[in-house]
Amino acid sequence: MYTQALNGIPDEATDQSSEAARFQARVDAEQKIEPNDWMPDAYRRTLVRQISQHAHSEIVGMLPEGNWITRAPSLKRKVALLAKVQDEAGHGLYLYAAAETLDVSREELIGQLLAGKAKYSSIFNYPTLTWADIGAIGWLVDGAAIMNQIPLCRCSYGPYARAMIRICKEESFHQRQGYEIMLTLARGTPEQKAMAQDALNRWWWPCLMMFGPPDSESQHSDQSTRWKIKRFSNDDLRQKFIDATVPQAHYLGLTIPDKELAYDDASGHWKIGPIDWAEFKRVLAGGGPCNRERMRARRKAHEDGAWVREAALAYAQKRRARREAMQIAAE
Amino acid sequence: MSEKHLPLWEVFIRSRSGLAHKHCGSLHAADAEMALQAARDVYTRRGEGNSIWVVPSSAIVASDPADKDELFEPALSKIYRHPTFYDVPDEVGHM
Ligand SMILES: [Fe+2]
Ligand SMILES: [Fe+2]
Repeated sequence: MYTQALNGIPDEATDQSSEAARFQARVDAEQKIEPNDWMPDAYRRTLVRQISQHAHSEIVGMLPEGNWITRAPSLKRKVALLAKVQDEAGHGLYLYAAAETLDVSREELIGQLLAGKAKYSSIFNYPTLTWADIGAIGWLVDGAAIMNQIPLCRCSYGPYARAMIRICKEESFHQRQGYEIMLTLARGTPEQKAMAQDALNRWWWPCLMMFGPPDSESQHSDQSTRWKIKRFSNDDLRQKFIDATVPQAHYLGLTIPDKELAYDDASGHWKIGPIDWAEFKRVLAGGGPCNRERMRARRKAHEDGAWVREAALAYAQKRRARREAMQIAAE
Repeated sequence: MSEKHLPLWEVFIRSRSGLAHKHCGSLHAADAEMALQAARDVYTRRGEGNSIWVVPSSAIVASDPADKDELFEPALSKIYRHPTFYDVPDEVGHM
């Protein structure tokens, strides 16, 4: 789904060599850095961490929505949700492939996730309690993801930027199908409207946290900005999302769960009340409602699929051996 | 087993407009057949193309970025290879 600003960048990031200067000049000139080009170690490590966290988020992000595929209220909703979840699998694959161009293996990256050493977006540690949550996720979670991902299409690292272009093309459908679900519920019976409101109440604040800690606390974005991996600060992106989303909620006739929310005429922005950053830290550290459940599901899927991977490899091996034997016999 | 991990493949797709196959990404698969099937699922979910090539990544030979100058620089100075280098009077019309 999306990458969160969680990345600490090591101190040796400022490399003074002439290669480093040439590298920075290329980045400054908006040239793309490609896999075989020289790059500072810290740039490589930052990208591996960010792209793999992003890939893990796409994969783990299938779980909360997958929860409702068999219970979608109509065939139309079911095929749409299936297609969306399948897209997220694709997003994960594009991103793992982009990370692999930086000399890490897929097995290594997945191993880090399953060992609990890698992070993924905190948003996927919340449960999907009702059908309205599927609407709220598409509208808000994918909406927040789009805000964050569009600038990444211009990221200095070529394979990441290209993966993001593909992903962004596919995200728009995700958000629109979610909003349509919310609209249908909001125009339905009072119970359905209440369900939509309840979903908004539970997802609003966690979605605002998706943009990462406030600028006052994220010390590391400077280097990412210089490397043109990051183009906007966490707070700027969050504000863009709020400004885009508040009128959409009003159109639904729903109330944003924030008593302090107010339009500021002077700046032209919607101002929100304080975000509970203690909750954000708790969920990131593993204390969210579903962290254990998500990891258990991923590990089980990996273990249950092991025999398929082994069988496919053994079959490919057998056919290769047979082909080679036939070639030798023919010679 | 000599291979413990699923090998990497590069995927090329011909768009419906009939242009040349274009690189669109990579994926892991045990063999060519599975690579083709996975490429269809991962890269053509919205009618992106009507033909797929998959090539083992290990079979690709690439130019070295370090040689970029000597390989590509010579072309930059050869402006006479471009139509705009030649003057044709306006009266002749479009050519
Ligand atoms: Fe996604
Ligand atoms: Fe999405």
